[in-house]
Amino acid sequence: MPLKNRSYFALILLLIFTMSMGALRAEEQEKKSFDIKEMIFTHVLDSYEWHIMTIGKKNISIPLLIIVKGEDGWHAFSSSKLRDGQQYNGFYLSKEGKNKGKVVTKNQAGEEMRPKLDISFTKNAASIIIASIALIIIMLSIAAQYKKDPIRPMKGFGGAIEQLTMSVYNDVIKPNIPNDYQKFAPYLLTVFYFIFLNNLLGLIPLFPGGANVTGNIAVTLILALLTFIITNVFGKKEYWKEIFWPDVPVFLKTPLFPLMQFIEFIGMLTKPFALTIRLFANMLAGHMIVLVLMGLIFIFYIMMGVGGALGISVISIAFGIFMLLLDVLVSFIQAYVFTILSAIFIGMARPEERQVQKSN
Amino acid sequence: MELFTPEVGLLFWMLIPFLVVFYVLAKYAWPAILKGVEKRNQFIDESLIAARQAKDELARVKADSDAILEQARIEQAAILAEAAKSRDKILEVAKDKAGEEATKIIASAREQINLEKEDAIRQIRREVAILSVDIAEKVLRDNLNEKESQMNMIDRLLDEINLG
Repeated sequence: MPLKNRSYFALILLLIFTMSMGALRAEEQEKKSFDIKEMIFTHVLDSYEWHIMTIGKKNISIPLLIIVKGEDGWHAFSSSKLRDGQQYNGFYLSKEGKNKGKVVTKNQAGEEMRPKLDISFTKNAASIIIASIALIIIMLSIAAQYKKDPIRPMKGFGGAIEQLTMSVYNDVIKPNIPNDYQKFAPYLLTVFYFIFLNNLLGLIPLFPGGANVTGNIAVTLILALLTFIITNVFGKKEYWKEIFWPDVPVFLKTPLFPLMQFIEFIGMLTKPFALTIRLFANMLAGHMIVLVLMGLIFIFYIMMGVGGALGISVISIAFGIFMLLLDVLVSFIQAYVFTILSAIFIGMARPEERQVQKSN
Repeated sequence: MELFTPEVGLLFWMLIPFLVVFYVLAKYAWPAILKGVEKRNQFIDESLIAARQAKDELARVKADSDAILEQARIEQAAILAEAAKSRDKILEVAKDKAGEEATKIIASAREQINLEKEDAIRQIRREVAILSVDIAEKVLRDNLNEKESQMNMIDRLLDEINLG
């Protein structure tokens, strides 16, 4: 199928081109001086509006909803009201300092400060909603086919989803959770597809994708916390015994010197921490490497002019394609790893009776 | 650094959609898909068992039909042998009968021929007697013209009769 391959190739080139456009925007704003750090951070961080592209000097972006709680209660307004340093009800986007780019207001002393609560519907929030709706539509349409005729084998996309689902179910969930794996399968499957879909959407630089959702620590923190809560809520008494009265010499676990309890407690907390950081760092790194490769083109342009930019763009685009393809793989692997680790943590808190007897 | 501090807003916007997705998929999607696959696997297992049973059944039917065919073949051979035997017997009997008939016919033919022969001989004799009488008459008519010869003749005849 050479035509199809060629169209994929063209698509990837287009994606990289649009990425370069974003970089170009940053370059134009800085007028001949290119701040690669600035460029990268505007791409990987959350923002109040969804920038799509810049044509000439005109930014095309979708304004999103800003919801903040100030001193005088809740405010909700469009992010377009804060464009180009405008103020609205005393709220504006901070230009520098530790709150740079965030909605801030001035307190009575005239100091710049964040509002009490900022639950704005940001780019990442919008991306999560899009991914969620897409996931629900995809899965419900496939489930509907099963309801209609479960005997008929699934074909095409549905068949691929079935294979993926069953491999996660049989190879990840079933072997890692000794007791009642069926009870935890819905959560773990949801986690897997949620991460996988958001990872893939993040790789597409055009509108419905492009948000660095799974490379945002808030997102991974929520997922890790949910696994943490499930692990502890459904932990059996053997699990709690291991934490509060483990099989070690008594002097290591007396109330006067609770060393083991302390270590076990830390061990309890490191699990969600590891889950949070692993997914976040992997996805962030993938985005950053592609952005750096694209940024190189502009750095060389400033240093050596058009010739340098053309020369490095060949290398940058080749590596950029390679990195994006690698990120497709990483998207799957990280979703899979997160699911495996969640399953292992839940499974460890629910040991089999036999294993407990052996350790006694 | 901003990268490592989770935003409260995004925590909220992550938690709510995720819980909604989890609720919807856990209620409507995963059970349907997992049960559907299980149902299909069960159906495949049952089909395999049924197929094996059908195969066994088929083998048994084939063995039965083979036995029936074998039996028929044996019976056919027996019938053929019987037929050959009775054919031989019939031929034998027929041959015997035919032989007898033939001898009978030959015997009667021979008798007939003998009768005919005797008849013919008798007839020939009669012809010959008549002929000899005629000849004798002619001879006698010639020789008995003279008296003496007539007398001689009579004498000789008388002698012969006497002698006889």
